[in-house]
Amino acid sequence: MSNAQLEIQLIASVVAAACAIPGTFLVLRKMAMISDAISHSILPGIVVGFFITQDLNSPLLILLAAFTGIITVVLVEYIQKTGLVKEDTAIGLVFPALFSIGVILIAKNANDVHLDVDAVLLGELAFAPFDRLILNGTDVGPKSLWVIGTILIITISLLIAFFKELKVSTFDKGLAASLGFSPAIIHYGLMSVSSVTTVGAFDAVGAILVVALMIAPAAAAYLLTTNLKKMLVLAISFGIFSAILGYWVAHWLDASIAGSITTVLGLVFLLVYLFAPSKGIIAVTYREKQQRIEVSLLTFLLHLKNHDEVSERHVKHLNEHINWQKVRSKSVLDLAQKNNMIHIDNHIVSLTSKGNEFTSKAIDYIITNEDSQIEDMKNDFFLFRG
Amino acid sequence: MDITEYIQLVFTDYTLRTITLGTAILGAVTGMLGSFAVLRKQSLLGDAISHAALPGIAIAFLITGSKDSNTLLIGALISGLIGTFWIRGIVTKTHLKSDTALGLILSLFFGFGMLLLTFIQKQPNANQAGLDKYLFGQAATLVESDVWMMAIVTSICLIVLLIFWKEFKMLLFDADYTKTLGFNTKFIDILITSFIVLAIVLGLQTVGVVLMSAMLLAPAAAARQWTNSLAMMVFLAALFGAFAGVFGTAISASENNLSTGPIIVLVASVFVVFSFIFSPSRGLLFKQIRFIRNRRDLELNKTLAFMHQIAETHEDISHPHAVKLLNNFQGYTRSTLQKLVEKDYVQINGSMWNLTKIGFNTAANLYTKQQTKDE
Repeated sequence: MSNAQLEIQLIASVVAAACAIPGTFLVLRKMAMISDAISHSILPGIVVGFFITQDLNSPLLILLAAFTGIITVVLVEYIQKTGLVKEDTAIGLVFPALFSIGVILIAKNANDVHLDVDAVLLGELAFAPFDRLILNGTDVGPKSLWVIGTILIITISLLIAFFKELKVSTFDKGLAASLGFSPAIIHYGLMSVSSVTTVGAFDAVGAILVVALMIAPAAAAYLLTTNLKKMLVLAISFGIFSAILGYWVAHWLDASIAGSITTVLGLVFLLVYLFAPSKGIIAVTYREKQQRIEVSLLTFLLHLKNHDEVSERHVKHLNEHINWQKVRSKSVLDLAQKNNMIHIDNHIVSLTSKGNEFTSKAIDYIITNEDSQIEDMKNDFFLFRG
Repeated sequence: MDITEYIQLVFTDYTLRTITLGTAILGAVTGMLGSFAVLRKQSLLGDAISHAALPGIAIAFLITGSKDSNTLLIGALISGLIGTFWIRGIVTKTHLKSDTALGLILSLFFGFGMLLLTFIQKQPNANQAGLDKYLFGQAATLVESDVWMMAIVTSICLIVLLIFWKEFKMLLFDADYTKTLGFNTKFIDILITSFIVLAIVLGLQTVGVVLMSAMLLAPAAAARQWTNSLAMMVFLAALFGAFAGVFGTAISASENNLSTGPIIVLVASVFVVFSFIFSPSRGLLFKQIRFIRNRRDLELNKTLAFMHQIAETHEDISHPHAVKLLNNFQGYTRSTLQKLVEKDYVQINGSMWNLTKIGFNTAANLYTKQQTKDE
């Protein structure tokens, strides 16, 4: 592994970590699409900044472009406040307009700008190690590593300093306001950090893929935990993991590094989406099926308790009466028998004493409108779940 | 080149005619369907779908090896639909919110598409050049068959829209009611979403994946400001979209180095800004004017009420009082007094005023009955 390769991976990892932190809060605050808007609309800022500074890594350019990001947020909020259109429409109107201005600016000045539209979308991570920062004649590393590293350090220190405020205002805006934290300052602070990070990462991964690095790790982490600290750590780890693996995939395919990092991120999200222990699709589908059977079981037990007549309790009759499919009624009967709720004697179903107790309790809960208690009760009574 | 010359050129020059016609049709169909997207609060869905279409284009090229735009657009359509339904899956099955789902699909699909595009570029296949026109669109590559294709799809959209008009409209404004009436809301929902995807895919070649969402939103958002009727809004949005296409093409043709897509988007945005400001019923300008007028009315009424209070204490309601009395009172200015005189509510003699009969009655009923408009 050459030095340049190592540096690329390092830059990619730092970018991923720097994006994951604001990304987590954006996802939690339901503002994920704002990051998309910012990443598009900083383009005119970058182009104008580039005319002035002639250097993609200059701090002035980053501030100027980040300022465009803030303008986007303010503009979106202003349009929304007029009540003429809904919030999402406001976002969708603002950023394409700003992005178009950026694209036109680039196209009109194509000759004297070392910026092309592909670089805007994809970044130039492969070339990042060649742009070195030279201090007093000594080479201290790639410029973009210093830029994004500084941004990461600032982000982390802000995170540590204002963790409590961020946490409260994210989960309970009203409480935060009544405790005296200004929601506006936290909101615009977060927006500023997101804008600055987007601009810093823009050089490495391009305008649109920044969005992937912000949202995907946070979304995957959100499916795995409900603890904010764990979520931050998980998001950062997912980001760094995808950055490094993505680099090697790109190396192997000889394709865009940013594109392959995103693809790896997509696969990571897909895996989590499918297999997350309690919130993944498989777990959710399984739980839904389980609950469906258990609800059927409860209905069935209530029916048994209501009827003493032998005719109503005949196995054959149940099919017609509760109008279940054959397979379904069989699985419900099996479950009830396994749990010792019923016993079947000569095709007549009756409740056992345990089944009777369960059903009476369930009725009590239903009458007193405490349906949620039934879930806990199931744990006490059931030997096997549906 | 002046305008008449340009218009002549539009009718005689093949390329210019094709592009103008193409962008106009595109604008019309996206405006039409965009109205539904905006009203259904799915504005950003368009953005996600257009980005999600990119890997479809690349995969279609990898499989067939042809650059025929219809083949590629079918790929785009399929991957756009997959993206749409995955977004739905995420929102309904997990606790992730719709904005996260949109952002995820948008960026992940797009990143995957870019990976494939760069992968294709490295392939030893001479045919691969030019796929990246789908990023920002190149109206110049439109040929007559593309325009025909657009026209056909637009007419299909129009027919479906007319047939299912009632259902679409009802689903839009009261989904629950529609369901209770026995309509298959799922089917209608999928139908309209599929057509939105179709319209987006149709525009990829002209406007590109990145800016396509604006084509969907901007005409509809502009049209919304002028009317409260769905039919009128759809019609206006189609009109705005078509004009944005025509003007955008004209502007980009008049100068070098101006790509058509961004210009069309900017023209559409100008329409939006214009509508936001100048729409008579909802526009910001008239709203502000109404606001100021209301405030003035209120001041007038306050002055009148104050005068009424003073006049009440006298037997003779037209008993004169000094104008000085009114000083230090909030609603009073020289001009409000003048207005009251004009309305015959008040008479002024030198530095004294007195209420007239009409003025007294109006003031007495000021807060008890519905006012007829004062100005």
